[in-house]
Amino acid sequence: MDILDYAFMQRALLAAVLVGITAPAVGIYLVQRRQALMGDGIGHVAMTGVGLGFLLTWSPVWMATLVSVLGAVLMELIRWYGRTRGDLALAMLFYGGMAGGVMFINLAPTGSNASLTSYLFGSLSTVSESDVTAICVLAAFVVLVTLGLRRQLFAVSQDEEFARVTGLPVRALNLLTAVTAAVTVTVAMRVVGLLLVSALMVVPVAAAQQIGRSFAATFAIAVAIGVSVTIGGTVTSYYQDVPPGATIVLLTIGAFIVLTALATPLARRRARARTAADAAGDPAECAIPGTREAADEVGV
Amino acid sequence: MTESVISLRGVRADLGSRPVLRGIDLTVRRGEVVALLGANGSGKSTAVRSIIGQVQTGAGEIRLFGTDRGRFRDWHRVGYVPQRTTAAGGVPATVTEVVASGRLSRARFGVLRKADHAAVRRALELVGMADRAKDSVDALSGGQHQRVLIARALACEPELLIMDEPMAGVDLASQEVLAHTLREQVAQGTTVLLVLHELGPLEPLIDRAVVLRDGCVLHDGPPPKAVGQHALPGHDHVHPHAPAGAEPIRTGLLS
Repeated sequence: MDILDYAFMQRALLAAVLVGITAPAVGIYLVQRRQALMGDGIGHVAMTGVGLGFLLTWSPVWMATLVSVLGAVLMELIRWYGRTRGDLALAMLFYGGMAGGVMFINLAPTGSNASLTSYLFGSLSTVSESDVTAICVLAAFVVLVTLGLRRQLFAVSQDEEFARVTGLPVRALNLLTAVTAAVTVTVAMRVVGLLLVSALMVVPVAAAQQIGRSFAATFAIAVAIGVSVTIGGTVTSYYQDVPPGATIVLLTIGAFIVLTALATPLARRRARARTAADAAGDPAECAIPGTREAADEVGV
Repeated sequence: MTESVISLRGVRADLGSRPVLRGIDLTVRRGEVVALLGANGSGKSTAVRSIIGQVQTGAGEIRLFGTDRGRFRDWHRVGYVPQRTTAAGGVPATVTEVVASGRLSRARFGVLRKADHAAVRRALELVGMADRAKDSVDALSGGQHQRVLIARALACEPELLIMDEPMAGVDLASQEVLAHTLREQVAQGTTVLLVLHELGPLEPLIDRAVVLRDGCVLHDGPPPKAVGQHALPGHDHVHPHAPAGAEPIRTGLLS
């Protein structure tokens, strides 16, 4: 394994694994709340942070973290208070974020659109020592929140109204989810790039859903897929000289297609078993699953 | 007089610019089973959602177990069954996972101990869903799904159950299970506030009915007796307590 002889590859692999864990871990809550595209929105806002980092000659990673956390909180507040045209406000935030990034980076003495590109599409091989430190700290925060508060976040994402009656601090948990998603975006920024971050948050979850029946299993499978594709993509890009971000995302979509193909016969067998069980227990309820199963077979 | 578990005084609420509640008074005492009736848009769901804090009220006072709702923290004493929505979460979840989230009000820092898992199992047994514990909720019928939501509310062993249209879209078999579950809860002294479209199979359990119309309380007393043709869904109920010249109370499914 000569790949591990290079310090830059060691850093790249470490960053890739951390992204493979954190992106699906946050993404599962976003998918559950039907906010799958939130990561994409935060990614756009983070561009302003990268631009500001270059302009003020601060660390672009920390600056992007700061700006995307602010952006995510703003999005959550718009969702909360904005009864009308919340989608337009969000669109404003997305495109403003992107335009701000391009503007600031061109104003900066050292920056150009070329330096922005490495943040837009990821640049694993240029991950620096200080980037790795930042990524480790941020990833630790994300894992702590998504695992430590999994029951609370599950309850809030599943049914906000009910969660309030269990006395959970719903508003605080929503803000925490938004902040955690923003942090994840900046963790993943160097690996897959801001424009592809959302794919790594959403697609492993979508793939895991095909075979998982419980939330816990879906979570574990999504993280396993995330880690496999980020390692696979990084190693491939080392040997084949292809862009790691795009490779990782294409591998994830490949995993989704394979799992979907495997899951269809599995689901059909389960539906059949259920129909049989229901028919034995309660004849009144067996009609609907039976029809549904027949309809499934027409589609394939 | 027994302690009042829920107390609303002059509660007003608007949805957008439309007033939905125009000064509601409602008291539910310990051990009572109260049905909140009324046509679509009469404000019965809004009334319930204002009690749990989901709808902001413009004026009036809401008390739970004698405490102002804003300061109320003992949520483990309340079990809530929301109106069943067709939109489930985007990620698969098992029956147990959903019901366990109802136990969070009693779990410290979200950590479920042995006793909590036992309570979740008991709640599933109460609604006859223990054999489906490991199944995905997506695989359930409407009635079974409703039973899971009720188990979720019962998981915290509440003293007060608030249910929003528990019988809507529920098959007959599940309706019987639900009526039986509710009977057991009432026998143990649980206080119940139900939003209903029609009394249906729960009628024998109900001590008192409160009928809303246009955000006002129209009737508060014994449940209106529905017999013969009057019991048919879709029948417009003309109630003797209604003021002269009032519109008939439309409690039927078709109104």
